[in-house]
This record gives sequence, structure tokens and C-alpha cells, in this order.
Amino acid sequence: MIVIKDLHATVGGKEILKGLNLEVNAGEVHAIMGPNGAGKSTLSNIIAGRDGYEVTSGSITYKNKDLLEMSPEERSWEGVFLAFQYPVEIPGVNNTYLLKAGVNAKRKHLGEEEIDAIDFMTLVRHKAKIVELDPSFLARSVNEGFSGGEKKRNEIFQMAVLEPSLALLDETDSGLDIDALRIVAGGVNKLRAKDNAIVMVTHYQRLLNYIEPDFVHVLSDGQIIKTGDKSLALELEEHGYDWVKESK
Amino acid sequence: MASNEEIQKELAGREYDAGFITDIDSDTFPPGLNEDVIRGISAKKNEPQWLLDWRLEAFRHWLTMEEPTWAAVDYEPTDYQSISYYSAPKPADSGPESLDEVDPKLLETYEKLGIPLREQEFLAGVRNIAVDAVFDSVSVATTFKKKLTEAGVIFCPISEAVRDYPELVQQYLGTVVPQGDNFFAALNSAVFTDGSFVYIPKGVRCPMELSTYFRINALNTGQFERTLIVAAEGAYVSYLEGCTAPMRDENQLHAAVVELVALDDAEIKYATVQNWYPGDENGVGGIYNFVTKRAECRGVRSKVSWTQVETGSAITWKYPSCVLMGDDSVGEFHSVAVTTNCQQADTGTKMIHLGKNTKSTIISKGISAGRAQQSYRGLVRMGKGAENARNYTQCDSLLLGDQCGAHTFPYVEVKNATATLEHEATTSKINEDQLFYCQQRGLSEEDAVNMIVNGFCKDVFDVLPMEFAVEANRLMEISLEGSVG
Repeated sequence: MIVIKDLHATVGGKEILKGLNLEVNAGEVHAIMGPNGAGKSTLSNIIAGRDGYEVTSGSITYKNKDLLEMSPEERSWEGVFLAFQYPVEIPGVNNTYLLKAGVNAKRKHLGEEEIDAIDFMTLVRHKAKIVELDPSFLARSVNEGFSGGEKKRNEIFQMAVLEPSLALLDETDSGLDIDALRIVAGGVNKLRAKDNAIVMVTHYQRLLNYIEPDFVHVLSDGQIIKTGDKSLALELEEHGYDWVKESK
Repeated sequence: MASNEEIQKELAGREYDAGFITDIDSDTFPPGLNEDVIRGISAKKNEPQWLLDWRLEAFRHWLTMEEPTWAAVDYEPTDYQSISYYSAPKPADSGPESLDEVDPKLLETYEKLGIPLREQEFLAGVRNIAVDAVFDSVSVATTFKKKLTEAGVIFCPISEAVRDYPELVQQYLGTVVPQGDNFFAALNSAVFTDGSFVYIPKGVRCPMELSTYFRINALNTGQFERTLIVAAEGAYVSYLEGCTAPMRDENQLHAAVVELVALDDAEIKYATVQNWYPGDENGVGGIYNFVTKRAECRGVRSKVSWTQVETGSAITWKYPSCVLMGDDSVGEFHSVAVTTNCQQADTGTKMIHLGKNTKSTIISKGISAGRAQQSYRGLVRMGKGAENARNYTQCDSLLLGDQCGAHTFPYVEVKNATATLEHEATTSKINEDQLFYCQQRGLSEEDAVNMIVNGFCKDVFDVLPMEFAVEANRLMEISLEGSVG
């Protein structure tokens, strides 16, 4: 699905990623853990194509194409989805309207016909149930006046509608109480499939109790310094990140 | 992802798609302004003596006045002697009686602008609107006259109204905006050439939307139209004006006056989609839009709402106002103004509360890009008798780029302690995070900008008549076109 090789990247002249390697295949769920400032959010932003990050060397190959050559919307059309750590509010823009424009842009890119309004409403109502999102949210402005938990649920709802091949969840668990976490994680689990991949970026092992990863990576100082299965997360919880750094 | 700077560049390159010139034979006065010119205009229109006297009185007053300089706009002083004050496509001295007499080139012009003047084209479509088309100084066509006459509605060029309904015109003309009201209104009173007249009799709900399309075509010509709308007791009308002009390197003057009168329980909705040529990206050419628009809610429970979508003109100087005289009368002002490149706009409203329990709402949305400067200037005055009057004002400005400016000048005068005023104002920049969020969900950058700007304007677009909301959306898209290079 995606192969990242020796990725070096800077933000405002400061090197954040220092030779990162990662390979994710279809059907896999990866968790990337690490201390603050390790480069976790930088990685997801670079994959999604956000402005302000400069890749100085290395490569990202996605579905056998050079991902770094693609605009953010092309990446979206090709199935890259980012669930934002801090979803923005867009006043006056209807939640469903934004999604429909996104879905139709993707369909157009893939040479498919645009979805009609009635079919789309049926689809979103069905998908809203996955994260127990009240249908009233569909008609509201994007994230405007949503609570922290509602914003995160809205992200996973959008993921459900857009059906990405590669979903990046950037600290989706932060700011969630235990009930909201269960709902959001439940939504993500329902979207796991053998032809898509999920990469979760998180500080805490807590999320992994709900979404079980196939691989856990430790990202520290711009590199992945250890990879293991879900038991690695438990060891991290017990010993802290310094333990990995020391045993490197 | 493109930076703001790139968006700027793209915005600067936006196309003005109404910029063509119609090659048509015109009867045009030589440039210059004096009493003979005014007599000439009056004679062309076979006007009665009282109107000529009224014009001359206005002209003599205008000569004593000075052009206002308080607005936050900057331009070379206009040479009023270099403008032609009358231009009419030939032969149109008396106005055509039916569309068959209208020059096909003119019909083509309006078709290009997307304004069908043939009634069957309306009937075939879903739109149900009567149109008066004003080309330079004269009205060239008015549709659906028969259907409107059956309902008792008068909708015709004002020059025709002077001829056919002189008492009505004389009763109301200049009673809302007097001849000497301000410099541009005085000039308009002296030289106005055409415009629309609407009279909705007592208890009549106008069966269709009315609209006037103004088109400036001739070179070095000013357009001075005068619109007068009267809604008698319990009447209702929804009216839209649209404006376009060719792309020319010279600045052209448009100094219109609009007067609205609402009697007891009457309601007038007045919507404007103003798309005069804004000049090129370096600020060369474009229309000077110096307009006086005022409504008097004379009757109890009367209501007037102004809705404007302003994307054009090099300079805009315009404050559609409501004088709330009748008890329980209501005034509303909803505005979206877009300025890009070197456009300058000083626009807003005045709400003058005189009657008891009068209520006004002001929603103003300003969008600036390029090197454009935009000001909101609003006055809310609560008179002594305005018991329990209320006003709510909301002014939001959106900036695209770092070379444009937004300014807010709210004036408040309260002479009655029971009055309530609320004022909210925000200024924000188009947000990179919002753009990226939309792009991540699959929208192109251009679509993302349009969606965010449309969302910003939603409160105003929601109150536009259904038929025109689509047009406003389209116009906004054209204005912000080229968001992707």
C-alpha cells in the first residue's frame, strides 16, 4: 500500500524526520507511538500533503505511485484519508454538502458518475450509524459548535463515507472520554477490511485496547527505532519510552 | 497546496464575462452639462413642464454643492463636463412598443448576459419574472406587461410612467430622496434618463418577481437611472436589479437614485446583484458606482428589506437605507460585498428609527482580496419617538491575502432610552487549515475557496429570492474564479 524510505523532512528549517522507514500493506493496522515532538503528526501531515513541510530526501510510494508528486486532493481521490487531531470549524458550510462535494470529486477523478442527492442521503444516514452520529449533525455546519468528542466522531463518519484505502488517525483518542473512545474505536473497527490499511498515531496504549494493531512502531527523534506486535505497546506502558531508547 | 500569495495571483486574473461591447448605432449627446443639455433630455422624453422645472431646480442646487470626500475611497476627481448625459440605441426616442421593434443586437446582448427578454423563454423555463431592460439611457424592453396589468400592477420605464401615470409619479418622486439630498442625488435628479417605476395597488400581492437589468454600453456615458417603487396598503413586491458594463479603460459614472415607499402593512423586498465592470487588475477603468438608495416605511407594520450582492465597480459609494416612520415597521439590510484587485468600496446602510417598536437588522459580509479596500459604514439612529425600538447589527469581514483592507465605521445615535442596540463585528483571514481540510476531503483548491466564502455569506444568500440565489452563487464563483492556476 505505502512504502516510506529514508524520509528526511524539515519544518521551518528544523529537521524533524531523520531517515524514517515504514511499510504498510493492505489489511494491516499499524500503531505509531512515541514521545511528544518525535515527529508523529509531521508524518501524517506529510502523507496527507499539508503545506509547510519540506521533504529533503527519501521517498513515499503509494499504490506504486510517487505520493509526494500529488496534490492534497489527488491523494484524497486516490484513497488517502486523514482524521485530524484538531478538526477545523467551517461556518456556513453544511457537513453533508462538503462530503458530497468530496465524494463527487473523487468519483469524477475515477471516471465514475456523480452520486445523486437521494442516494447520497441514504448512504450518509447509513454511515452515520457506524459512529452513532445523530442525523441532526448532517445538516449542521462542519464541526461548528461540536464538542471535542463530536468532532472526532465526525472525522470517523467522514472516513466511513469516503471509504479510504489508507486511513491515518492522528491522535484520534485525545480528548475523548471513555464512552466516546469506545464509540469512535468501534466505528474504526467496523471499517477494517482486507483491502484497506489503517495507521494510528497515538501517545497512549489505551486506544490499542479498543483497536488491536498488527504492528506497533516506536517513533523517536525522527526515526522508527523499534517495531513489534501489540505486546510492545504494553511494555512501553510499563517501562516508558526511555527504555526503548536505551535498549536501541 | 497554494499559499495565500498564489490565491492572490489567481484572483487577480479573474475574468469579467460581461465585458463585451455591443456595436450599435446610438443617438448620443456630446459631452457636457448645462441647462440646455437638461432641456434636451427632457425634450427627448417629451416630458411635462413640471418635470423639466424639477430637473432644473435640482441642477441649480447641484451647482452650489461639493462632491463628498468623507468616504474611505481614493480617486481622481470626475470632470462632469467630459461625460455624455444621454445615449440611446437608435431608433428609440419613444421606446419600442413590442419586442419585435427591438433591435436584434440588443436582444442578443441580453441573451449573452443570460437575461431572456422573450416571454416564451420565461414560460418554457421555471423562472417567473418580469424584466425591464435598460440599455444606457433608455429602457429597451419590458416583459409580461399584460399579466401584470391584469393584477393591477404598474411596472414600466419611469419615462413611460411620467407620460401615462403623471399624478402618481408627481406624488412620490423625490419625496424619499429630495433633489438636494446629496451631490450625486442632485446630479441624478437633474439628468436622470430612465429606470423603472413600480406601483402595487392596495392589497395586491405582485404575482411575479420584478426585475430590471441595467447595461452601460456607450463610451464616455454616465448612467443615471431613477427607480421608484410604491407599495400601497397591504401590498407586496419582490424586486431585483442586475447591472453589467463592457470592459473599458476609462472610468464611467453611474449615479442612480432608488426610492421605495411602503404604506401600512406593505412589504418591499429589494435585491441587487451588482456586477459593473470593476476595472482591470491594475485598477484601470471600471465603473464609479455612486448610488443613493432609500426606503421610507411610512405605514404601520410596513417592511422593507435590502439585499445586495456586490462584486463589481471600481468604486462603490452606496448606503441603502430605511427610514422607519410607521409604528412596528421593520427594516433589513443584508449585504455581501466582494472587492478584489484595486477595487474600493465604502458601503453600508442607515436605519433611522422614528416610530414605536420599530425593528432593524443589519447583516454585512465583506470579502477583500488583492489590494482592495473595503469599508462598512453604518448609521443606526433611534429618534425621540422610537419607543422600544431594536437594532441588531452584524459585520463580518473576510480577508484573502495581506495587501487588502477591511474597515468598519459604525455610527450610533440614540435619543430614546428604551431602545436596544446590538453590534457584533468580526474580521478574519481565510484559513489555511480550512482550505487544507476541504482539500483532504477531495475538493480542489478553487472549490474549497468557493465553499468557504459561500459559507461565510450564507446568512445573506439565504434571504435572496430563490430565483436569484443561483445567480448570486454563480457570480461569486466568477469573482473568485481562477483560484487554481
